[in-house]
Amino acid sequence: MRNRTTTPYVLVLPAWIWLALFFVVPIAGMLSLSLTTGDVITGFQQTFEVGNYVTAVSTYWEQILRSLFYGACATLVCIAVGYPMAYWIAFRAGPHKSTYLLLILLPFFVSFVLRTISWRFLLADNGVLLGTLKSIGLAPADLQVLNSTPAVVLGLAYNFLPFMVLPIYAVLERMDPRMVEAAHDLYAGRIQAFVRVILPVSLPGVFAGVLMTFIPTSADYVNASVLGGTHNTMIGNVIQSQYLVNNNYPIAASITFVLMGLLLVGIFGYARALGTERVMEVHT
Amino acid sequence: MKHPSRAHLDPALLRGLTRRRTLQAGGAAAAALALSACGVGGQQRDPQADEDFWAGKEETGSLRWANWPLYMDPDRTQLTQFKESTGIDVDYHEDVQEAASFFGQIQPKLANGDDIGYDLMTLPNGFEFAKLVELGYVVPLDHARMPNFADYAGDLYKNSAYDPGNRYSVPYASGVTGIAYNPEFVDREITSLADLWDTAFEGKVGMFADPQEIANFGLLLNGVNPAESTKEDWEAAAERLREQRESGVVRAYYDQDFIQPLTNGDLWLTMAWSGDIYQQNMEEGTDLRFVIPEEGGTIWTDNLLIPFTSKAPIDALKLMDFLYEPEIATGLTEYISYIPPVPHAQEVMNEWADAEGDSERGEALADMAKSPLVFPGEGDYQKLHYYVALEPGEQDEFSSIFQAITQS
Repeated sequence: MRNRTTTPYVLVLPAWIWLALFFVVPIAGMLSLSLTTGDVITGFQQTFEVGNYVTAVSTYWEQILRSLFYGACATLVCIAVGYPMAYWIAFRAGPHKSTYLLLILLPFFVSFVLRTISWRFLLADNGVLLGTLKSIGLAPADLQVLNSTPAVVLGLAYNFLPFMVLPIYAVLERMDPRMVEAAHDLYAGRIQAFVRVILPVSLPGVFAGVLMTFIPTSADYVNASVLGGTHNTMIGNVIQSQYLVNNNYPIAASITFVLMGLLLVGIFGYARALGTERVMEVHT
Repeated sequence: MKHPSRAHLDPALLRGLTRRRTLQAGGAAAAALALSACGVGGQQRDPQADEDFWAGKEETGSLRWANWPLYMDPDRTQLTQFKESTGIDVDYHEDVQEAASFFGQIQPKLANGDDIGYDLMTLPNGFEFAKLVELGYVVPLDHARMPNFADYAGDLYKNSAYDPGNRYSVPYASGVTGIAYNPEFVDREITSLADLWDTAFEGKVGMFADPQEIANFGLLLNGVNPAESTKEDWEAAAERLREQRESGVVRAYYDQDFIQPLTNGDLWLTMAWSGDIYQQNMEEGTDLRFVIPEEGGTIWTDNLLIPFTSKAPIDALKLMDFLYEPEIATGLTEYISYIPPVPHAQEVMNEWADAEGDSERGEALADMAKSPLVFPGEGDYQKLHYYVALEPGEQDEFSSIFQAITQS
């Protein structure tokens, strides 16, 4: 009897230890760090300096907003590209589903930074893509894609695409095909069947996909530093240089919390709008 | 800071970059944790401890060295020679991928007085160097044990502004920051910093993201000597750099990966490090040009330092001194193609070239011995300036003035 009541707690213990060690402790440490003053030389004193947050927001609001905007754009691109992919694999790929899934994941066996750098070769002014287009007269000779906003957004979308495809695929794949048949029996055309049956069923997958792309893309710094130009700095780049170049840990920690707060608020608002029940369905 | 860019020449590049990124993230997390965990009191070490650091220290027969990637040939020839000459084993680590993240890694350990895993390390003159000295984390050298340094180090490499009297460091190698351009795209001779501001090169100019590097170019364009610059000068320099950015001439601010865009025409001219251009031309057969601008350029030095937690300081001193033997310095330079602090190496290199005759190596050695990128002449040196010397307290202000340009 006793055993039976304690077993669930014992089972959940590793998860708790994991969370405590690698989430709660660092977060608490970062929070306390964000409220300190000082520098590396004299040490950082716990002064509960809220001014760090004011400095962080007033200095870097532009980079913060830009990051959220890039994250949103990349997420939309991921939906536009990823949804049809997931749909096709779930309904049309027949016996080769796992092959196609593997193909989607294949580039991800290569390091993230390396994949991003390879876009530099692809998008170079006289490279494989632009060089060819220019030489056959399909693009103006001075066209430049690399080191611009579109390059960063496309890089982000490319790097996080599977995180959109997989959850949508998981939902669509589980869908009972008889629901679509039923829709057709009730005189729904293909478009109507999609809009009124398939799309609502797949929304939890889209929701999960949005979370899994929007959050990391907004906080990314590799794409902006490899593919960006002079006005593409994202907040991740700022955090990175505050930590590692300036050793200004309090400001770096404050920006981190501001970003985290904005993302949380955004996600809760988004979850509200889509309906929480559907959110819960994602993992059923 | 400079050297990993050499990795562009081979697949190690991408691995190197990946590793660097990983390290950065790891370093930040480690630093944040350590800082928060210990409440972060005063971190400075008692300067009194330096006085008798060397008393009772003995040779241990082995030492651990943290150096930059590709900063010694893969056979570690100089270390083998060191072992033959002294019997000391060197455990060599290519662990310094970037000065700032390396500092982030070792700082929490040094604050606790813990072993950082290295007895000797190579770092550029710059913010991290100044912080280590200010914090008392590196030991003053015992020059009585360094006869080669006294005999062979060039005057310019003794008694630098960033480390008067070589109290804490001796140079490992130096490089020049100037302008590199690709004559395939630029059809005139580039001579001046003003060329980097020329809107004829719209979207084709590369600048460095590093605050210390970019500051010097803004200051020199304004005719200000970086060594004597004031806060007003920094702001005026930043204004020039802002104009340059807003005119659309700058394509991007680069950390270290400017070689490939310069080669393929994404960049036509860029701030660049001398050694990188030299190696690219040697190994890839490109015809990139490197100039020290008439307004002046920057010279930087990577230095050997001993952390106070070193377990083998005597061995480290011996190695430092060993690297100043002209033959050893020459061998090292032949591979890394950065400027040796031993001027005598030029002579030795010419002797080697003569001995080799017409072989490929002989020609390469003769070319290198002639090259002003590896052995700058008097006139070149007169145009070269070190980074703005900053007190640790001024660094934040300085960095934010220039990061406002590069991180918009």
